[in-house]
Amino acid sequence: MTLIVKTVTRLTVGLILIFGIYIILHGHLSPGGGFAGGVIVALAFVHLMLAFGEDVAVSKISRNLASHLESIGALMFLGVALLGFLGGSFFLNILIKGSPFKLFSAGTIPLSNIAIGIKVGVGLFAIFLALVILEKSKGAK
Amino acid sequence: MDTAIIIPFFVIIPLGAAFLISLLGRYVRRFSEIAICASSLFLLVLCLYARLLLHQATDKILVYKIGGWVPPFGICMVLDGLSAFMLVTVNVVAFFIALYSLSYMEKYTDKPKFFTLFSLMVCGMNGIIVTGDLFNLFVFLEIASISSYALVAFGTEAEELEASFKYAIMGSIASSFIFLGIAFLYGFTSTLNMADIARVLSSKPNAWIVPFVSVLFLTGFGLKAALVPFHAWLPDAHPSAPASISAMLSGILIKTLGVYALVRIFFNIIGATHNYLSILMFLGALSMLVGVILALSQWDLKRLLAYHSISQIGYVVLGIGLGTPLGIFAGLYHLFNHSIFKSLLFLNSGAVDYAAETRDLKETGGLAKVMPVTGWTSLIASMSIAGIPPFNGFFSKLLIIIACIQKGYLGYALCAVIGSILTLASFMKVQKFVFFGQLKPGFQNIKEVPLAMKLSMICLAAICAIGGLMLLPSLKFFLDDAVNVLVQGTRYAASVLGGTLN
Amino acid sequence: MILYMLCLMLFCVGLYGVLRKRNLIKIIVGLGIMEYSMNLFFVLLGYRFHGRAPIDAQDQTILNMVDPLPQALVLTSIVIGLGVTALVISIAIRMYEKYGTFDITKIKRLKG
Repeated sequence: MTLIVKTVTRLTVGLILIFGIYIILHGHLSPGGGFAGGVIVALAFVHLMLAFGEDVAVSKISRNLASHLESIGALMFLGVALLGFLGGSFFLNILIKGSPFKLFSAGTIPLSNIAIGIKVGVGLFAIFLALVILEKSKGAK
Repeated sequence: MDTAIIIPFFVIIPLGAAFLISLLGRYVRRFSEIAICASSLFLLVLCLYARLLLHQATDKILVYKIGGWVPPFGICMVLDGLSAFMLVTVNVVAFFIALYSLSYMEKYTDKPKFFTLFSLMVCGMNGIIVTGDLFNLFVFLEIASISSYALVAFGTEAEELEASFKYAIMGSIASSFIFLGIAFLYGFTSTLNMADIARVLSSKPNAWIVPFVSVLFLTGFGLKAALVPFHAWLPDAHPSAPASISAMLSGILIKTLGVYALVRIFFNIIGATHNYLSILMFLGALSMLVGVILALSQWDLKRLLAYHSISQIGYVVLGIGLGTPLGIFAGLYHLFNHSIFKSLLFLNSGAVDYAAETRDLKETGGLAKVMPVTGWTSLIASMSIAGIPPFNGFFSKLLIIIACIQKGYLGYALCAVIGSILTLASFMKVQKFVFFGQLKPGFQNIKEVPLAMKLSMICLAAICAIGGLMLLPSLKFFLDDAVNVLVQGTRYAASVLGGTLN
Repeated sequence: MILYMLCLMLFCVGLYGVLRKRNLIKIIVGLGIMEYSMNLFFVLLGYRFHGRAPIDAQDQTILNMVDPLPQALVLTSIVIGLGVTALVISIAIRMYEKYGTFDITKIKRLKG
């Protein structure tokens, strides 16, 4: 990619990542939540891959780490759901629910959002990695 | 504690097993095999226990409210007679197929991914059966469908990819139609809980929306069930998958996603009127004849079995479309029997493929001398599907024909008899060309398949042989509860909502 | 009312794309149009007269909001659409490697 794209990427990719994390964490206060924030986090890494090539992006999150983080995200979500059994019912919201409109409120909802955000973000990046592998094997033939 | 608390575990256990296998499958040796067998066995024991609990519950229904939210605000999970019947069917077949896949998948690479997708498919099917909420049904339907699209393409040969692409596009169109139906139904009744929709629909005067939504659901679920105008994906998708996945797809997936969801919505929510039932019967009879006539000219073993799946699903839909208690009993009994013998037939074809590396009927011959277990179980399954006493297929087909005659539809009964005769002819051809006759020279030193495959085939054949015992009065309650749920129609709403408000 | 008709017309455009186009990628684009038109239709069903977005703000009193339930369900449906699209595109790329063409009239090894 050209020099302009590389320079702008270097400046903005950190901001995109932080913006994605902001949307995940404030999922119970403003629109967004786990899925939308996860897609933005994935786009930060895909942006890095498009501008600098696959090797730089893989050095940040390798293929093995992506696969593990995906499963850990799903197991974390299942764990949060099973936590409700301690309170009596599946998926019950049992942590403290503070006063509305504060960041640390609404019980288990922020934890679910973080689990979904990890899974979607890393999963979408892994899909792009898999498509790049197919391109590479086709180009090498 | 509330005894209904076991209901969410039908979804939690396969979901947890899927992601644990994905995480640890490459590091702990043989972890994926142990995990999948343990979770399938646990689910089997749990569904038999749930059936026993249901026998002791008052008014035969168990309702579980997720998160403590009372329906119609919350999602509820319902276990009634029909759900318990379908759960036993699905989990019995899934356990034996998981046992079979332990040895069969040695020929493919990447076993942890296979067992992850397999477990997700079982989670989706269990979720469809136990849920009481319409959009939850759609989400689990999509989980099971997407896993099956990926599993059909598992070997990544050229033909498997082509079959999987066709299946994925047609399945997505069907899901879009189902989603459109759910959207219209939500706009009309402003609620998504199945029992609540039944209550609202029976109290509002019926506008043009209800027949429109019925046609959308018939198209969508009919495509998933492979009824005749919508069957074109099945003869390509089922042969191309690995044999254990063909058995899963043909044995339980098209029944859960297609027939069970269709029947639940038509009988319990919208209310079955004479017009819908006659359309169902017509499509069923058409499927019976078209499936078996197209199967007569096939020389590929798995493709022939796939066309017979279309035909036998036609029997099930004809039986259920009759609307009388005997007809619904016969249809559901045939659904259970077909799961057992069709998956056994596909597992046999997989064993022939594993040992002899071919699926073409013209190339095989006389394999019963070198593969005795496969030969005997295949003979039992062929006699079941053709309807020869005393195997289970005979009883269910006889009951369907008797129910047709009782209601006065002699034409449909004649179609059923013709279909049965042609099925017998087709399977005599299979048995002659594959197992009996002269042993071809290239096959002199093939061995019998490994122990896990033999064990699962023998167990399924044993269930085929004693399946007729389900008509005994002491065991008849298993099917009778399922029939009563469908016969009571929209009074399902009162039993579900009454069970939660206490 | 006319908005609903336009959504259903968009659904028919997507269905035309799936049924009549010969290129694999155009079929996938048609499938995407179908799924997004469904989501749009479902969100529009939740409109209430003079309603505003269903988000609680700190020091405002809200009189009437649009229905939030379809919006939550459409979020799930968008994710499902993403999953199907990713799977079908991977299959299409692999098919190009094996068959050498994107034309569905030439990808016809399974017959009968």
